[in-house]
Amino acid sequence: MARLTEENVRLAREIIGRYPKARSATIPLLHLAQEQDGYVTNEAMSHIGELVGASSAEVFGTASFYEMFKFEPVGKYLINICGTMSCALMGAEELMHHAEERLGIKMGSTTADGKFTLERAECQAACTEAPCLQVNYRYRYRVTPDQLDTLIDDLSAGTLSSEIPAHGVVASVRQHIPADRGVGAVAPETVTENPVWLDGKAAL
Amino acid sequence: MTGGTWKHAPGFYAGDRPQVVTSRFQYEDSYTLERYLATDGYKGLRSALARPANEIHDEVKNATVLGRGGAGFPAGNKWGLMPQGVWPRYLVVNGDESEPGTYKDRLLMERDPHQLIEGCLIASYAAGLSQCFLYIRGEMALAQERVAAALNEAYAAGYIGKNILGSKFSLDIVLHWGAGAYVVGEETALIESLEGNRGMPRLKPPYFPAANGLYGQPTIVNNVETLANLPWLLNNGAAAYTAIGTATSPGTRMVAVSGHVNRPGVFEIINGITTFRDLLYGDEFCQGIRNGNDLKAFVPGGGSAPWFTPDQLDLPFEASQVGPAGSMLGSGAIMVMDSTTDIPRAALTLTRFYAHESCGKCTPCREGGTWLERILSRVVDGKGTDADLDQIFEVGESICPGAFPHASNEKLGIAAVPFPYRMNTICFVGPSAYAPVHSALTLFRSEFDARIVKRTMIKVTAVSE
Repeated sequence: MARLTEENVRLAREIIGRYPKARSATIPLLHLAQEQDGYVTNEAMSHIGELVGASSAEVFGTASFYEMFKFEPVGKYLINICGTMSCALMGAEELMHHAEERLGIKMGSTTADGKFTLERAECQAACTEAPCLQVNYRYRYRVTPDQLDTLIDDLSAGTLSSEIPAHGVVASVRQHIPADRGVGAVAPETVTENPVWLDGKAAL
Repeated sequence: MTGGTWKHAPGFYAGDRPQVVTSRFQYEDSYTLERYLATDGYKGLRSALARPANEIHDEVKNATVLGRGGAGFPAGNKWGLMPQGVWPRYLVVNGDESEPGTYKDRLLMERDPHQLIEGCLIASYAAGLSQCFLYIRGEMALAQERVAAALNEAYAAGYIGKNILGSKFSLDIVLHWGAGAYVVGEETALIESLEGNRGMPRLKPPYFPAANGLYGQPTIVNNVETLANLPWLLNNGAAAYTAIGTATSPGTRMVAVSGHVNRPGVFEIINGITTFRDLLYGDEFCQGIRNGNDLKAFVPGGGSAPWFTPDQLDLPFEASQVGPAGSMLGSGAIMVMDSTTDIPRAALTLTRFYAHESCGKCTPCREGGTWLERILSRVVDGKGTDADLDQIFEVGESICPGAFPHASNEKLGIAAVPFPYRMNTICFVGPSAYAPVHSALTLFRSEFDARIVKRTMIKVTAVSE
C-alpha cells in the first residue's frame, strides 16, 4: 500500500513522457500520490524517485517546499480561509474565529472524526470577493459566518460531494495528448537547429 | 452552445470600454472551443501562420505589449533577448498568480482558456520556440480543469501538436501544475519548480532566463495576461492596439480593486489614462468608499507596492508617473483602506504574507521578514516599545538599503532609489515584506505610537569609590 497503483504508474509514465527531463514531473506525480492516498506517503515518494530518477530524499526535498503537499493524513475536507490583506479588511479574522468555534479545533488541526482540517491560507486570488475560502481548493466567495455554518452542514451531510471531491483530487479533468497529434518532449540535447517553420531564417 | 450571458463571472464588470482580453466573459460557455470559434477564435493564429515569423515578432514589438506580471517589461523586447541560433528554446507561461490583491490571470484561465492557448501558439511561432509549458498555480482547481479541457479540445481539432492547421509549425503545450508557493511567481523560481526542484529563485546574473533558463536553454517566461493580448493584436494589428491607451502604456489592463469600496471588482481599463480616482470613485468602477467613509490609504500595485494616500488619487495608471511618485503598478491590484482601518494590523497581514512565503535562500529575507513580522505583531498586540519601531527600520534597511524614502537613510548616507530597488536579496520577496510596514509606519506613525508601551528610562550612574 501507498506505492502508486498500476493505473497511476501508467498515468505517471504518460506525464513523465511530456517533459524533456523526467525530474520535471516530480510535482505532478506528487499530486497523483496525494490524490491516491489523501496525503503523500514515504513509500509513494520513494516510488516517485524511482520513476523520475531521483532519491527519495530529493523527492521529499522538493515536496516539503510546497504547501499543498501533506505528509500525514488530513481531513476529508481541507478548509483554507484566506487571511491576507483584502480578506482581512473584510472580516477574515472573525470568519476564522467562527470556524474554530464551530468545529472545536484550532487553525492547522483536524477534527477527531477526520472530516475537517482548518488552515489559515495566504492570498487565493479572489480579492474582490473577500472574505473567501477554499474547500479542497474549490472556492466560496464573500463568506459570512452563517454561510460557513451552512457549508459545514452541507459538507457533513455529503450533499456537496459531486462538486467537491475528497482532499487530494486537484483537477478532475486531466490533459491528454493524443499519440497521433503530439510532437513529443523536446530535450536540450536533441535539437540544435532552427525550427522548420522558420525556413532557415533566424527568428529574431 | 448554451448561449446567453453569464451572470456570475465573479467580480468582473465589463462597462462601456474596449475589451481586448475579456470580450468573451459575457458568455456562459466562454471557455468552450465552440464559443471560441464562433467569436473569431484562432483567427489570429491563422493570420500569423500565413506570414513569416519575424514579421509577427515585429508586430508585437511595435505594439509595445508590456508584460502584465509586475515588472512591465515589453514582451517583444524580452523575446529579442534570446541568443541567436541556440535551440531548443522554451516558453513557460506564468500562471502562478498569487500576489496579494491580484485577481485577473485566474479569470482569464477560467473564462477564456483558448485565448491563452492561442496566445502561446502565436508567441511560440513568432519567437521560434520548441515547447511550451503552462504553469498554473496548484490551488486553482477550476482553472486547471478548464485549461486541461481546452487543451484536449484544441489538440483534437488540430490547433496544437504536429503541423498545426496544415502548416510546418508544430508545438506541444504541456499543462503543469504547481503546489502552493508564492515565490514561484518569480521567473527563475518558476523554472526551478518546473525542473522538479524547490522553487527558489536563481542567482543573478544572468538577469533574464532568455539567455539561460529551463534546462540551461533560452527560455521565455510570460504572464498569462500578456499572452492573452496576442490574439486580439494579430486580429486588429499593432496600430489599433497602440490607439488604445498612451504611447508608453498602450492597450488595456486588467485591474482588480478590493477592500473597502462599494463595488469591488475586476475591470479591463484603458492603460495609461484611467486614474486611481476614476477607479475608486467612478460610477462604472468601484462607486466610492463603503458607507460614505473617507479614504485613508490604498495599495496601488499588489502587496509589494508602497502605499498611496488620497494625495495620489489623480495619478493615472501609467508606470512613468507612478514610479517617481514612490510606488509601482505591479500586477494591477489595488487594495483600499477606509478611515476605519486599523493600519498597523493591515500592514501586518501583508508583512506576515511575505515572511511566510520567503523561500529561505537569502538571509536578509528569511530572517529579516520573520523579524519584521514578530516585531509588528508585538506592536499590534500592544506590547511593543519605541525601540521596536526603530528596529523595524533597521531590519528593513538591511533587506533593501534605501529602497524607500526614510529619514535615517540620510544619516546612513543612503539616497533613495527608484524601482527597481537596491536590495540585498536575489528577488523581491524580501523588500516586499518591508514595503507595507515601511509605508504604514512613515504615513501613519501616530497609530503605532498610540500602541507603544512607554517605558521610563532609568539612568544608571556608576558609583565611584
